[in-house]
Amino acid sequence: MIRIKFQQSLDELKERLLVMAGMVEQAIQRASEAYSTRDENLCDLVRQSEPAINRMELEIDQLALDLLAMEQPMAIDLRFILAVIHINVDLERMGDQAASIAARVLDLRKMANVDLPVDIPRLALLAAAMVRKALQAFIEGDAEMAQSVLLLDDQVDEMNREAFHALGNLIKNKPEQAPQALSALIIARNLERIGDHATNIAEDVIFWVRGADVRHHTLSDVHP
Amino acid sequence: MGVDIRVENLNAWYGPVHTLHDVNLHIPANHATALIGPSGCGKSTFVRCLNRMHETNPAARAEGKVLMGELDIYKDATPVEIRRRVGMVFQRPNPFPTMSIYDNVASGLKLNGFRKKRVLDEVVERSLRQAALWDEVKDDLKKKSGASISGGQQQRLCIARALAVDPEVLLMDEPASALDPVSTAKIEDLIFKLKSQYTIVIVTHNMQQAARVAENTGFFLMGKLVEFAATTKIFTNPSDKRTEDYITGRFG
Repeated sequence: MIRIKFQQSLDELKERLLVMAGMVEQAIQRASEAYSTRDENLCDLVRQSEPAINRMELEIDQLALDLLAMEQPMAIDLRFILAVIHINVDLERMGDQAASIAARVLDLRKMANVDLPVDIPRLALLAAAMVRKALQAFIEGDAEMAQSVLLLDDQVDEMNREAFHALGNLIKNKPEQAPQALSALIIARNLERIGDHATNIAEDVIFWVRGADVRHHTLSDVHP
Repeated sequence: MGVDIRVENLNAWYGPVHTLHDVNLHIPANHATALIGPSGCGKSTFVRCLNRMHETNPAARAEGKVLMGELDIYKDATPVEIRRRVGMVFQRPNPFPTMSIYDNVASGLKLNGFRKKRVLDEVVERSLRQAALWDEVKDDLKKKSGASISGGQQQRLCIARALAVDPEVLLMDEPASALDPVSTAKIEDLIFKLKSQYTIVIVTHNMQQAARVAENTGFFLMGKLVEFAATTKIFTNPSDKRTEDYITGRFG
């Protein structure tokens, strides 16, 4: 093995991204729990984590930029750094989505508790599972596992569509519950976006490992 | 205009040492093609087979077919004819030190029997302009010797000298490795301009340089052509693990 310093820097880049990923996963999990429990403290914790996640994004970007400029990486190393740059953006945006969920839960706390026709905890569980699997694929450099994330995205999208219809009907039929329905609608949308970002991460893992760009392809292209 | 080069089952030896093994390759006309690989991998031997310079070493020999356009260079032409059609630039600039700049550029033509001053003047100016050196030396053409200008200028002078005999192919064996970054950039700009008129083959250890100047890149290892593909493919997603290990610095 040569280029020891470069290899150490690549390891450091991966490690930092995983630290950031841990923070984002925790924020998603806390936001989801906050919805179920309407816990104000959890909401605050999620919102407080956002600046730290943003700082991590800048640090990782800088390290990636330094490596591109100083080491002129090639082939799998170049693809790895490009994947990290993309994943970094997706993680930061997932952090934003978690913060948005927390803000909506704080709104819901101020409203009367009503029975909403949408299973947000299940949607959250599915989105979180996508994130976990995409990150595990990144940790292990496993393109097969990354591909399985792409399949899950359809389920999340479908649940979001169902939530849209059900909550739309609720707003039509019980206008007095429209504020709660709108908050739930936004939360479902936030979770669906988190699923999209997990899909992006999975696509980046496939690009890194296989050198294949599967973005904007249908599932049948990716799973021939 | 450049011609394409087709290499079929090319083998080369230095004495008993088999240095090139069954190389098959198509180098397209009017493109720059880079050859990379660790020291001793055979890439310089390969380009020296393209102008029959390899066989100038008495212990060396080559077998196989090299077609320049329609011309089979080992069958249908003499080494002298080949070298008029194939110019070569080496790692260290090698102008004739006692000749003026003018005479350096005109030397190939004079060797080929051209004597008319008007023709020589025209060719010298055209070649120096093509090599992006004219503006820097036009006032000292006959006053300064080839060795009195800077290293970067000397290398462009050698390129002008190669171009003066109107070749179809330009071989460059690490043409910028002894030059500073500004002179290197000038040589690379020159390659970019010249490839519309010539077929350029460049051997380089500088992979960024290969990535910058060449449309196609070949990777040599232990006398074998391991992989030949579009440069973007080689440097982002090579097919062969050995290519990837080399370009990512994992060996070599």
